[in-house]
Amino acid sequence: MLENIDFAIVNWSRAQFALTAMFHWVFVPLTLGLGFLNAFTETIYYKTGNPEWKKLTKFWMKLFGINFACGVATGLILEFQFGTNWSNYSWFVGDIFGAPLAIEGIIAFFMESTFVAVMFFGWEKVSKRFHLASTWLTAIGANLSAVWILVANGWMQNPVGTAFNPDTARNEMTNFWEIIFSETALNKFFHSTTCGFVLAAVFVIGVSSWFLLKNREILFAKRSIVVAAVFGLISSIIIVVSGDKTTKHVAEVQPMKLAAMESLYEGTENAPLVAFGILSGKETEKNITADSNADFLFKIEIPGMLSFLSFNDSQSFVAGIKDLVLGNEERGILSYTEKIERGHEARQTLLAYKNAKEENPNSELTAYLKEKLNDQTFINEYFTYFGYAPYYDENPEILQQNAFKMVPPISLTFYSFRIMVMLGFYFVLLFVVVLFLIFKDKLHTKRWLLLILIFSIPLPYIAGMAGWIVAEVGRQPWAIQDLMSVVVAISKIETSSVMITFSLFAVLFFVLFIAEMMILLKQIKIGPKIEEENSNV
Amino acid sequence: MPKWGRAVWTLILIKLFLIFIVLKLFFFPNFLKHNFKTDEERAKYVFEQLTDNHS
Repeated sequence: MLENIDFAIVNWSRAQFALTAMFHWVFVPLTLGLGFLNAFTETIYYKTGNPEWKKLTKFWMKLFGINFACGVATGLILEFQFGTNWSNYSWFVGDIFGAPLAIEGIIAFFMESTFVAVMFFGWEKVSKRFHLASTWLTAIGANLSAVWILVANGWMQNPVGTAFNPDTARNEMTNFWEIIFSETALNKFFHSTTCGFVLAAVFVIGVSSWFLLKNREILFAKRSIVVAAVFGLISSIIIVVSGDKTTKHVAEVQPMKLAAMESLYEGTENAPLVAFGILSGKETEKNITADSNADFLFKIEIPGMLSFLSFNDSQSFVAGIKDLVLGNEERGILSYTEKIERGHEARQTLLAYKNAKEENPNSELTAYLKEKLNDQTFINEYFTYFGYAPYYDENPEILQQNAFKMVPPISLTFYSFRIMVMLGFYFVLLFVVVLFLIFKDKLHTKRWLLLILIFSIPLPYIAGMAGWIVAEVGRQPWAIQDLMSVVVAISKIETSSVMITFSLFAVLFFVLFIAEMMILLKQIKIGPKIEEENSNV
Repeated sequence: MPKWGRAVWTLILIKLFLIFIVLKLFFFPNFLKHNFKTDEERAKYVFEQLTDNHS
């Protein structure tokens, strides 16, 4: 019953996890992208033997090193939080999370740490070929590390390849490959890593533009811009494609997220996409009287576009929030209220099994209930909705109110989606314009554009954060889609302890961020050098 | 070692100390390991949480 839940601990635990994850994501994407940019420029140096390319590579490698050093281990804090703040969740996910994270740890530890060391300390100490191989393997290792955590996140969005064990209260992996190659995981991997590539490209272009503006290191800056802009343009096109595939997949497996992204209450055929809109504030009143049109102060729509983006057909039906909460028999949509009742039935069966087992583990009733819990039809029709159970209430009115409480925050999801998409297309334009002008040899003459490029550096960070907000806030209230809500996932600990650690993190992250900025800016001001005092860090 | 290298190493060491010594030891005990001795007890507790009709 929702009235018995302490939402303060739920919200503080979520806030702390969000703060840590977002801070971690400040460092990760630059590492993912700059690693490959280092590999590209060092390959050119290896092929040409031109020391200017070595100078260029060493400069960007130095910035990569500073970022890597500041970011390393910040992700571990998330794992601490799993054990302390999210213990029910950690136990419930069992091996599904453990296996990918263990593989990540092994790959991160052995591959990244080995080759990062050779990359930084190995100049002049190992052969050029081996050094180049180490730079490539560092970049590949960093991206492979990202695979596993994104696979784990993909499973949380779309739990496949697993079965719940009613004896251990844990999910067990039944098909490793189904988890690894789930469409959700693949889309997430390509979308997130290419986000890192675009971010690194914008970073390199922005820093190089500063050198052009200062009339320093002209050749270095132009070469850096060419490599980064080509890499960025290819990556941003992959982002658009993977974003389109993600939208189609979300329409299929997380239709409520799609409806929240559009603030779409009434499902419709030929559904329009809100290209630009300002919400009225009424979208916070989630109930049966809510209305898609009244929610907007102003909007510009593209007719049929949402249907097309979701199902490749501009006439197709896109479900709205009310269709999903109240159900739509004509479209075969099961209502949230029905799902809550089915989840409640699954929970009562599990409870009965637990009680029967405690009374007599060998009784016929225990055997019958265990068989029922493992029966595929029961799993498909009832246990699939296990996570809805906490929203159950015997009173139909309260049940419906609870069902509307399961609608994710709309305005945050709506605006974050638009910020991400608009910036995504801005980056495509940015790379095209930069490449056009650099090949015309006119970029350095456009001071206004150089300033725009410098001030564009924070934008891919904002786009990346907005993307994660859409992915995570848009799927609330779930920790694991349909199986476990955040209200059940948390540990029953003191809210004050989470508030204290939240404050500690906020201070620690702020100091770390400032420290990185200071070291980075100082090294950028010094600029690249042909012969550094000592390349080893 | 260049000055920036020393700064980065200092930052890494301070950060690792704060994360693994201060945060992990004093602020982030593993809830289930800390409160229950065996996996059976932990499973039983999580079972109760999952099937609690009051939450």
